[in-house]
Parts: sequence; C-alpha cells; structure tokens
Amino acid sequence: MFEDLSFSLEGGSALVVTGANGIGKSSLLRTLAGLVPLAQGSIRLEGGAPDTPPQEHIHYFGHQDAVKPALSALENLQFWRNFCAAAHGSGFSGDPMEPLKAFDILGIEHTAQLPAAFLSAGQKRRLSLCRLLVTPRPVWLMDEPTAALDRVSESQLLDLMNAHLAAGGLIVTATHSDLALEKTLNLHLQTGDAADLPLEDAPQ
Amino acid sequence: MAFWDYANPTRFLKLVQVVLPWLTGLCVVAFAAGLYMSFFVAPEDYQQGQTVRIMYIHVPAAWLSMMCYSIMAVSSLGTLVWKHPLADVSAKTAAPIGAAFTFMALVTGSLWGKPMWGTYWVWDARLTSVLVLLIMYLGLMTLWRTMDDPIKAGKAAAVLTLAGALNLPVIKFSVDWWNTLHQPASVMRLDGPTIHPDILWPLLVMAVAFTLLFFVLHLMAMRNEILRRRVRTLRLRAASAAHPRSAVATAQPAE
Amino acid sequence: MSTWAIVLFQRDLRLSVRVGGSALVGVLFFLAVVTVIPFGVGPDLNLLSRIGPAILWIGALLATLLGLDRLFQADRDDGTIDLMLMAGRPLELVVLIKCLAHWVATGLPLVVAAPLLGVFLNLEPAAMAAVTLTLLVGTPALTLIGAIGAALTVTLRRGGLLLAVLVVPLAIPVLIFGVSSADAAIHDPVPFLTPFLILCALSLIAAVIGPIASAAALRFAAD
Repeated sequence: MFEDLSFSLEGGSALVVTGANGIGKSSLLRTLAGLVPLAQGSIRLEGGAPDTPPQEHIHYFGHQDAVKPALSALENLQFWRNFCAAAHGSGFSGDPMEPLKAFDILGIEHTAQLPAAFLSAGQKRRLSLCRLLVTPRPVWLMDEPTAALDRVSESQLLDLMNAHLAAGGLIVTATHSDLALEKTLNLHLQTGDAADLPLEDAPQ
Repeated sequence: MAFWDYANPTRFLKLVQVVLPWLTGLCVVAFAAGLYMSFFVAPEDYQQGQTVRIMYIHVPAAWLSMMCYSIMAVSSLGTLVWKHPLADVSAKTAAPIGAAFTFMALVTGSLWGKPMWGTYWVWDARLTSVLVLLIMYLGLMTLWRTMDDPIKAGKAAAVLTLAGALNLPVIKFSVDWWNTLHQPASVMRLDGPTIHPDILWPLLVMAVAFTLLFFVLHLMAMRNEILRRRVRTLRLRAASAAHPRSAVATAQPAE
Repeated sequence: MSTWAIVLFQRDLRLSVRVGGSALVGVLFFLAVVTVIPFGVGPDLNLLSRIGPAILWIGALLATLLGLDRLFQADRDDGTIDLMLMAGRPLELVVLIKCLAHWVATGLPLVVAAPLLGVFLNLEPAAMAAVTLTLLVGTPALTLIGAIGAALTVTLRRGGLLLAVLVVPLAIPVLIFGVSSADAAIHDPVPFLTPFLILCALSLIAAVIGPIASAAALRFAAD
C-alpha cells in the first residue's frame, strides 16, 4: 500500500496526515495501530513500557464509535475505563480522568444515565472521545476526529488535543479540515506517480 | 534452502512444467500395473467373489482421504507459522481433491457393503468417520468460496484446518466408542498382519498409483490457482488504473 | 480474576440480557425442537423415553449453534474488536470470558429448561438428572467450539449457516459422550463415570483449543 514511508515524531507534537480520498490515510492509521500487519519495516515507540508492544500505548479513535446502544453512556465508558490498560511513557504525564468529569468537559453529562441508543451521532462521538480521557495513553491516533461534531464540540476537542500535546503526548490524525494544533507536522499522501520524495525526519 | 527457493511462484511454475510430464507418465504406468494386478493377478475371495476387487479402489481412496488432510494441515502450518506464500495455495487446492477421494471412498465402501451387509449404508465406525471427514472438507471449501480476499480466506481456513486436525483423533476415538456401544464388533477387518501377499501387492501398487495421481492433480491445481490469482491481481489493477497503485508520502513541517 | 475480566463478563452478560432476550429465544427454540420430534417419530412414550436424552442433546446443540453467530459479530460491526485487540489484554482470555458470559446467558437457561422438557419425553427422574448434569458439563464445550466458527465467519454478512456446518463435525465427540453418559445412567451398558469424565475432558480441551483458535481467527480478521 505504501512505499518509502518513514517519519518520526517527538513527544508533544502532532502529525496531521492529509491526502485525497482513498489514498490510504485510514490504512496508515490502522497500520500504526497494529491492526494491519506491516509487509515491511517497523514501528517503534521509544520510552514506552518495556515488553509492551507499541499498540498498547495507543488510543485509536476511528470512524466507528464502539458504543453499545443497550448500555447507558456511563456503563459504556466505565467498561472501557476498566478494560483498557493504561500506558505510560517517558515524558508523558497524562492523568486518568473521572468519567463524569470527562462527560462534563465534552458537554454530555446530562446523558450519563441514558441508554446510548438515545444519543445523537455527535453525542456518541463525544462519548467515544471520553474513552481517550479516562485511560491515559501517550499516543492518540485519530481518524477524522471532527466528523459529526458541531463547532463548539470541535473547539472542545482541539482544547483536549492541545492539552494532550502539552502533557507530552503524541497525536497522529487524518483530517480534511484545518486543525489549530500546536506543533504540527504535515504528512501529505500522494499517488505514486508524483515525484518520489523521501520523507525526511521531522525537525524538533 | 530448496524449499524456500520454490516459494517464488514463478520458479514453482517452472518446476511444475518440468516435473509434471514425468509424474503423469509414472502415474499412468503405476495405474496400468495396479489395475492389471488387481483385476487379473489377485485371487477372488472365497466368500465375497469378485466384489472383493472393490477393495483395490476403496482402500487407496480412503488412505488418500487421510493423507490429503495431513497435507492440508501441514500447509496450514506453513500459512500461519512460516508464512510460506505457496502454503495457502497448496491447502486450498488440496481440499477439493481430498473431498473427491473421500467421496470415492464412501461410494466404493457402500457399494462393497451392499453384498456384504445387504444394505448400502451401515453406521460402521470407519464409514462414519469418513463421512465426518467429508463434511469437514466441504465446510472448508465453502469457507474458501465465501471469502473474497484469498489471503484472509487462506488464514481463516488454516485456523479451521488445524482445529480440525487436532479434533480428528478425538472424533475417530469417539466414533469408535459410540460404535462399539451400539453395535457388535466391526463387520470387516482389512488391516492386520495376516493379509495375504497376493492381495497385498496389488493393494500397495494401487496405493502408489493413487498417491501419484494425487500429486499430479495437486500440482496441476496449484498451477491453476496461481494463474487464477494473477488474473485476479491484474483485474484489480485494471479496475484501479485511475487510482494509484501505491502511495508515497511527501512532508514538510508546518509553521 | 482481575477487574477487567469481571467488567468484560458483566458487560457481555448485560448486553445479552438486554438485547433481544437471547436467552429466552434459545429456550423457545429448544422447546420447538423437542416439540416437533414426537410429530416425526410418533407419540410412543416408550420410544420417546428411550431416545429422550438424545433429543434433548440435539436440541441443545442446535440452540447453541444458532445463537452463536453474533458472539463476535456485534463487536466487530461497531469497532469494539479493534479496541479490544489494542487494550493490552490477552485476546485468548478475552475470548474465553466472552464465551463464558455467552454460555451463562444462553447455555445455562437450556440446562435449566432441560428437566422441564424431559417431562414431555417421559424421562425418569434419574434420567432427567443425568441429562441435566451432562448438559451442564457439555454445553460449555459446544459454546467454546462454536466460538471458533463464530470467529471464522465474523466477516461474513450471513455466516450463521456456514458456522453450523463448520462446527458440527467438531461437536460430534461432545454429542456422543453427552448422550452416552446420559444413557449410561439410565440403562447401564457401561458405568456412568467413564463417558462422563471423558465429557469433562472434552470440555476442558475445548476451553483450550476454542479460545486459541478463535483469537487467531479474530486477529486475522482485523486487517
């Protein structure tokens, strides 16, 4: 799928992946998440817990929300909080957040006791975001994070992402819209017909 | 390292081209000898008369039905553990051949059973085990057919083949147990050391002929499968001609 | 067991109880199977009591297989499986716990219903107890073996029938020893314990092979 793709990212910075539809942004994120095996090459995470594969330091926030309609919003979040193992890395100082506080930040605290079936698409998306807050993990992989979010939630999301970067985390995000993130690098995916520009390691 | 050299499909196809005519010739000779021996050399059975000659088809077919599954199990290990690119092709193409031999073993078994037991089907431990094996073959073939992506289908089928291989002895054991519980001792016993050389030799030659036949068919089927996959890849490429075949990245720091 | 295992178990149990009442549907199906068989073989009570254990076992096998197709599919459809693969928990154990929860929600009700249905089949109290006991030990094996099929067909839109075809050959030993130990308790050609202990062994083997094979299949289905 990809050729000659290499990049490195330091703690506290974000990589914004752009490119045309179907170019493989989602596949790149899924590969980084360890869900698609690598044909060649390697993914390394420095400063992570030893004996733990990189994908267990990663929160993957994809197109699907992994929200069960039959459970209440709080039950959904509680499950992920207890099921997903937290991970720490050197230089990353994220703290776990209480589920209700996460709801509060994202403005869905009134839905906590409601079955998730009654939530709108945007609310489900925000509920899924809360998952990233209640279990600290240094790397966030976000595929179109602003999809289905209104303008207010989008700015809340940006605040959260900036806070994650400030705590020393990493973010790799695929997006079409401009995100006002601090310390970003751009990765623009193009078709193979374009000049073969090897990707240099990012400064900083 | 010869094993790994032939991991390359092109090299494998070349090898097949060289080996196949010889193998086919050997197979024909073995069949001519085996059939001649089993029809004209081997004696009639004093009880069963001419019907005993079904054995020369039935026993090799049954033997192959087992060998075929073993080859599939080894190929599945090759797919999952060694990630050998031809292992999955080998497993996939062995399944229909194995199913065919299993079916042949069942049909000849029941044809032989008619004069012996007076009925075409008896829930004999052996026949039942072979029937279960046939269902497993057919299930595996269906699994391969229902999945579009050959790589995914190959891995899924490999998991099932290995689970089946672990279970086969258990199934055999339980069917034997079940059978002795419900029926008196088995009607016929072909194995055992007391088999007469007049019968043994034709049987062995036929077994060799069947084994050669399997390899001829298997190599042919593998060749076809490799070509079929190439056609599939070419079609996928043709369909995405407007699209990139591969993506490369360019990047520049923002800000 | 650690917290995550308990949480997963509770979640799956809650989901199966809340969504569609799968436990009830399974028992209803079981009842339907047991009801149609006398129409097929005739109302002879002696015959029915003789083949009663077999009828109950086949009914339980079919009910278990039919309920299995959503075991992993629901979690795959909404992306949960991806997150479970990344959660840092051994997938084999996750599968084992999911199977356990699924069994409690769908298999255990069948075991509880078996004595009641035994009344329809004119089973002696001893036979009823024996069938119930063998079902209690044997149905987890059916769920665990069926999980392999469920994991293999997780990407298929309509994998239910294929699942049954793939799993039935692997489930034959469980059926054989389940029915023969129930039979052994009634009219003893062999002591009850021999087939019963083999049945227990089969369940334990299934508890190893099932999760390992299912986890492998789920990993391959992720990409």
